[in-house]
Amino acid sequence: MSNSEVNISRRSFVEKSATAAAALSIAPGVFLHTVAEAKPAEQAVTSAVRWGMLIDTTKCASGCTACVSACNTENGIASHNRPRTDQQWIRKVTLRDKQTKHEISLPMMCQHCESPPCVDVCPTGASFKRKDGIVLVDRHICIGCRYCMMACPYKARSFAHETVDNTVDYVPRGKGTVESCTLCVHRVDEGGTPACVEACAEAEHGAMIFGDIKNPESEISRQLVEHGGKQIRADLGLNTGVRYRGI
Amino acid sequence: MKKIHLEQIEGKSTGYLGLIALLGMFVLGAIGSMLYMEHEGHWVSGMDNQIVWGLPHVFAVFLIVAASGALNVASISSVFQKKIYKPLAPLSTLVALALLTGGLMVLVLDLGRPDRLIVAMTYYNFKSIFAWNMILYNGFFVIVGIYAWFMLDRTMKKYSRYAGIAAFVWRLALTTGTGSIFGFIVARSGYDMAMMAPMFVIMSFSFGLAFFILVLLASYNGTGRPLGDAVVNRLRSLLGTFVFATLYFVIVYHLSNLYATEHHGYETFILLGESGGETYSNIFWIGQIFLGSLLPIAMIYAPGVKNCRKTLAAACLLVVLGGLASMYTIIIAGQAYPMEMFPGMEVVSTTFFDGATTQYSASFPELLLGLGGVAMTLIMIALGIKVLGFLPATLEDSIADPHHKAE
Repeated sequence: MSNSEVNISRRSFVEKSATAAAALSIAPGVFLHTVAEAKPAEQAVTSAVRWGMLIDTTKCASGCTACVSACNTENGIASHNRPRTDQQWIRKVTLRDKQTKHEISLPMMCQHCESPPCVDVCPTGASFKRKDGIVLVDRHICIGCRYCMMACPYKARSFAHETVDNTVDYVPRGKGTVESCTLCVHRVDEGGTPACVEACAEAEHGAMIFGDIKNPESEISRQLVEHGGKQIRADLGLNTGVRYRGI
Repeated sequence: MKKIHLEQIEGKSTGYLGLIALLGMFVLGAIGSMLYMEHEGHWVSGMDNQIVWGLPHVFAVFLIVAASGALNVASISSVFQKKIYKPLAPLSTLVALALLTGGLMVLVLDLGRPDRLIVAMTYYNFKSIFAWNMILYNGFFVIVGIYAWFMLDRTMKKYSRYAGIAAFVWRLALTTGTGSIFGFIVARSGYDMAMMAPMFVIMSFSFGLAFFILVLLASYNGTGRPLGDAVVNRLRSLLGTFVFATLYFVIVYHLSNLYATEHHGYETFILLGESGGETYSNIFWIGQIFLGSLLPIAMIYAPGVKNCRKTLAAACLLVVLGGLASMYTIIIAGQAYPMEMFPGMEVVSTTFFDGATTQYSASFPELLLGLGGVAMTLIMIALGIKVLGFLPATLEDSIADPHHKAE
């Protein structure tokens, strides 16, 4: 091997290394914008983001329950064939306007209020709201008093009326405590989207958009600016994280 | 007025022991119900995701509200210095403490996780009116307990008036808190009204006094101690006033709702039984209004029954049953009426009973749990009057009535 060959190889190596180093240093920034705004596990939740959902009822297909099935599978919610006492984190409701007879279909779940009545009334603080707007139940200190269910204006909460058999590791649940939609917090914390949103997209309805409503660049914010998004029971002034179009 | 002598009852008769045994069985029944519901889960009860508070809560809230009201007699004696009530003040504190114990027993045993009572005592969300109530309940035990001690202990008697005033203020706060549990619920048509708090206060006066009179009549009848008409008739007319006042609040509550169009649905549900509310409407009209208010008023004020103890006892029993009906109407019917989530829309399909009236029917374990709370209250009273001198040896007119004139 001649000296010139060695020098070319060395130059080539340095050039390639520099390119790789530059790519590595720029990539995370690019990555943050293209995938979701994932945060490292050790980083605390902040109020810089507020997770929300926009549901377009004009795209929500009547009879489609993809979101419900996905939620049940994701969170290990099984029916005991007792509709009165079975847990339901998300449900499909079809409504008809009394005057115009126009029908709409929409999914109902925890609306992740900015001022959640369930959190206000909970005696132990088991019902709580994270800084990023996700409303949860700490099932380790829930005493099962059900006052949050009395107070929720959306009937979004269920009581575990019997033994919970098929729990999944990331969703601790148990008999005698109250539960509701977590906005798939285990996915969100890893940069993912809630299972219902994913299922709705997979079913090619695309009626549900999830994202950070504090970020003006996010898809949900753009859609909200362009088309608006109504709150259910806006009169209560709860500033819900879940908004609807077409209601 | 002569000196009042407080004396324990002997408590050795077959009747007394039989009563304790019978009540004990009811308490065991309540514990059995709790174990059954906890083991199987609450699906075995009549409660579900729509009616989350059921018959146990009807009993529990009634007993808690009555607890505050049972303290009336002591309050009137200590705070308002009415001498005729003075001999009954210690018994009044005992009945109040016993009622609260019974009510809380039911409330705690119905929790989804009663084993986490310590969590409820150590984790407080101070924005929750429920958490405030826990403090108010615990404080009630302490303050009324001290009040009873001061009244029964000769060396501390001079401070009893101050303790009585503290207890009076505290019990008003307690019932305000209990009423606010419902008054602060913004989401449901039947609640969300500040008037719930004073309405519960006045209800407590009525239910608590009726319960107290029943205990008084039963214990004097059972022990054969003399009980004069002066005390009994004073309590009778006081009860009449309270039943009237409660009725007034109920009327104002419904009139206020009737004025606001948004509450017309709920009012036609309760008052006319529309939208599947027949059962609840019947309980309101027959239970709360007729049996629980109008009939007792007639029995209290009817001419010719002034000194009739049986009529008074029946009237008190009706006020108690009417009180339970009131709680049923507030707690159960308030939840059974569908929550208005989509104004102007009707629900075509749902899997979670949106827009539908819930028909609740209580299960036997729930009834047993509720009755167990009442039994617990009565056991505490029965044991209390045996262990300590809560009961005056005699309440004949010449002793109890400060205005008595010897014939």
